[in-house]
Amino acid sequence: MADDARRAVLDALRGARAPPAAAPDLSRLGARFPDLPARLAEAVAAVAGTLVRVPDAAALAGAVAALAARLGATRVCSAVAGVPGDVALDALADPHELEGIGLAVLPGAFAVAENGAVWVPTAGLRHRGVFVVAEHLALVVPAAEIVNDMHEAYRRIAFPGAGFGTFIAGPSKTADIEQALVIGAHGARSCAVFLVG
Amino acid sequence: MRDRSGRSIPAAILGILASFMRVALFVPCYVDQLRPAVALATVSLLERLGVEVVFPEEQTCCGQPMANAGVSDAAAPLARRFLEVFGGFEAVVCPSGSCTSMVRNHYDPYLGGRPGFDRLKRGTYELCEFLVDVLGVKTLDGAFAHRVALHQSCHGLRELGLGTPSELLLPRTSKVAGLLGSLRGIELVPLARADECCGFGGTFAVAEEAVSCLMGKDRIADHAKAGAEIVTGTDVSCLMHLDGLARRERVPLRFMHVAEVLAEAVGPLPARGGGAA
Amino acid sequence: MSGGANPTGPGAGRAGGEPLHGPTGGHAGLGPGGHPAAAAAFVRDEARAHWHDQALWFVREKRDRAASLVPDWEELREAASAIRAHTRGRLADYLEEFERNATARGAVVHWARDAAEHNAIVHRILSERGVRRVAKSKSMLTEECGLNPYLAARGIEVVDTDLGERIVQLAGEPPSHIVFPAIHRKREEIGTLFHAKLGTPEGLSDPTKLTEAARHHLRERFMTADAGMTGVNFAVAETGGIVVCTNEGNADMGTHLPRLHVACMGVEKVVPRLADLAVFLRLLARSATGQPVTTYTSHFHGPIAGGELHVVILDGGRSGLLAEPAFRRSLACIRCGACMNTCPVFRRSGGYSYGYVIPGPIGSLLGVARDARAHASLPFASSLCGSCDDVCPVKIDIHGELLERRKDLARRGIVPLRKRLAMRLVGWVLAHRWAYELGGRLARVFLRRAPRAIAYGPWNAWGRRRELPAPPAESFRDTWRRTRGARRG
Repeated sequence: MADDARRAVLDALRGARAPPAAAPDLSRLGARFPDLPARLAEAVAAVAGTLVRVPDAAALAGAVAALAARLGATRVCSAVAGVPGDVALDALADPHELEGIGLAVLPGAFAVAENGAVWVPTAGLRHRGVFVVAEHLALVVPAAEIVNDMHEAYRRIAFPGAGFGTFIAGPSKTADIEQALVIGAHGARSCAVFLVG
Repeated sequence: MRDRSGRSIPAAILGILASFMRVALFVPCYVDQLRPAVALATVSLLERLGVEVVFPEEQTCCGQPMANAGVSDAAAPLARRFLEVFGGFEAVVCPSGSCTSMVRNHYDPYLGGRPGFDRLKRGTYELCEFLVDVLGVKTLDGAFAHRVALHQSCHGLRELGLGTPSELLLPRTSKVAGLLGSLRGIELVPLARADECCGFGGTFAVAEEAVSCLMGKDRIADHAKAGAEIVTGTDVSCLMHLDGLARRERVPLRFMHVAEVLAEAVGPLPARGGGAA
Repeated sequence: MSGGANPTGPGAGRAGGEPLHGPTGGHAGLGPGGHPAAAAAFVRDEARAHWHDQALWFVREKRDRAASLVPDWEELREAASAIRAHTRGRLADYLEEFERNATARGAVVHWARDAAEHNAIVHRILSERGVRRVAKSKSMLTEECGLNPYLAARGIEVVDTDLGERIVQLAGEPPSHIVFPAIHRKREEIGTLFHAKLGTPEGLSDPTKLTEAARHHLRERFMTADAGMTGVNFAVAETGGIVVCTNEGNADMGTHLPRLHVACMGVEKVVPRLADLAVFLRLLARSATGQPVTTYTSHFHGPIAGGELHVVILDGGRSGLLAEPAFRRSLACIRCGACMNTCPVFRRSGGYSYGYVIPGPIGSLLGVARDARAHASLPFASSLCGSCDDVCPVKIDIHGELLERRKDLARRGIVPLRKRLAMRLVGWVLAHRWAYELGGRLARVFLRRAPRAIAYGPWNAWGRRRELPAPPAESFRDTWRRTRGARRG
């Protein structure tokens, strides 16, 4: 019976005889920014995040600690090598235990200059939902890994198998009440992007 | 921008030919019967620019109200009539964006394939685009020392490309504003919403009366707030709707069709024996 | 009145009032007065209509600003339109490719011919796993199918987790805008609602504090949900993944905690390749809210570890639309809402005046495609200004299709006979010069002679709120004949 519905839908779609049309050439689309880190900083600010530049991994650990202190985040969960945390994701049996994490520090593969988004592949994270359950979020991106736009971004993304990845642009937000922008709807109340190197 | 009739006329060449040009005047039915001054101004303006104007008397209406109501079979005979009446002319000029658009963009279902139709489509112009694109007129020698707001009627703007719609990320131009702006002493006042619809919309004005009138009132408020003395535009339908609302609400705005503004500014042809009306 | 629907639209004091859901959920259609009557009621509160108008015009302006920062904006729109056209030409193939790749990554793909089948499939998936509570992120498709009431009647609670949707859910009303479901609600009304339903302090209306209250309230729902349900912004054939975009993170809160994720999509949501996403994602948020991108753009390929991902693909009349050359382009819609924000009629009549799950310009097309008779007034709820075409990120010729729909309705006899006859009569008069000239003459005489009480009598629809034009002494053609008749003809 499930097969009947499938067959019926596909037959109806084919029977519609929508005319063939060539896929467009996308190669001339895109944005180019002469100063990627500067443009990224503007873009991250535009999505209510903050960009922090640190010279190396050691400085990163210090900067994250300072951020946690500023936020009053007591349970820090870090999935970034060299940045210590209080909570190890691997130690949590169930994702519901993510509740109460004050600051999640996660690795981003790259950042997108045109819109301030960071691509977070989550592979290797035992609980991929940590990015949204944590009260505050810090994303760590190597300074060399900034792309101009979404076209370049998708050239670096692949899903050969199962998996989850997400673009994160700033903290959770909403404008559903009279268009008033409110930061921190259901996800992170703040988002710091650390550009390392 | 939205013109689908595929015209491309070298304006320079036709500018030279202007003085030999003979155009047929297409007068919207409601202009003919209720606001003839606009058609008279159109004639005056064209003749002032050296164009010979003829008025084929068999014309009545382009059929837009019927077509917009979806009643195609009532519009079809009017479309055929239009082709018969205007088919022989090298250029048809009309002081209305929406009526011109009806011919250029909406007559295909009724007249597609008929002899003379392609030529008719290519040769039918709204007044301002005729001046700019065919006559090559960039500036007019005239004075109009008033604060004027330009109401950019929708069909002319979006279907004929008389100007750049505010939604599009394209260079901002306007054939109508260009002509108006060239008049000495004129002050074109900027509006809060440059091209929001006035709410006339044909039978919409009556069928959706409440929204239509609120849209019109909001346009009037925008024009008044911008400090306009006179509101002008390419379509008498929009202007009649706004004028009707303004007079009922006692808002002191004057509404003049762009033909009336331009004709007043450049003045009539000097009188000659048996000349202008 | 169908389904208890109250066509008078939102007004003060409707918080918690009679739901507008019909027997199949979603909007039940309007009363006999159609859009005009509902809109007239909305406009009666002129201050409120202006408030609503200004709120959405503000979003339109934000869109303009965001678009102006993208140098290839118009090329992007053209590319998006072309990708959709290309996809439509091979829709079944791409859906099969999507199914293959999704299944290979561990997702289960289901097919539904109509809303009833869709709801039954979703219910079966949930009930077989003992699901009692679902956390759902925004899905217009589930509104279209009336899924919430369907599941509620079968003992499964669905919590709408998008803040705007939660507000209208608590108020017992449908969303009035596809991106801003509660745009018709003032903060004080939301405050009153939250006081009643969430126990916030009376009189609290600050959006930040109200949102904070909603955050805590919905956290609890997320933590106790047995399953997460989402819509699908885009389904990628090349990789078998689905993409869900939110600003709040509610789709993610709902799908990374429970082990079961049910995603509902229409057949038109599939895009061929990952690379195509770049085009749509550069257009979507800018068109919808004026942001460069949504906060979260989540790509789900297969289920969460140890969990399940079910994708339900719905036809629901879309194949019928695909078969209509004049209307198939409306399937390109990416649900951004830009057409609603730019529409001067929508801004002044509100989402409830349309009586369909998706309101505004695109809703008028989609609604009438589903049920022409129920939504017959919608193609006429437009002045055909064309602004919607110009903001549509996928370049649907919306106002052109609205005009085509009018012709289609007239051909099918759905336009009232009175109107068709009136148009034929007027058409006849205009086709006969003598009748036209006589009619004009009579009108001028009448306008000149009739006392005001008669001229502006109840028969004169124009004259209710507008002055009639001052009648000229003679028509243009009279003047022409008089002054030029001897020389020219």
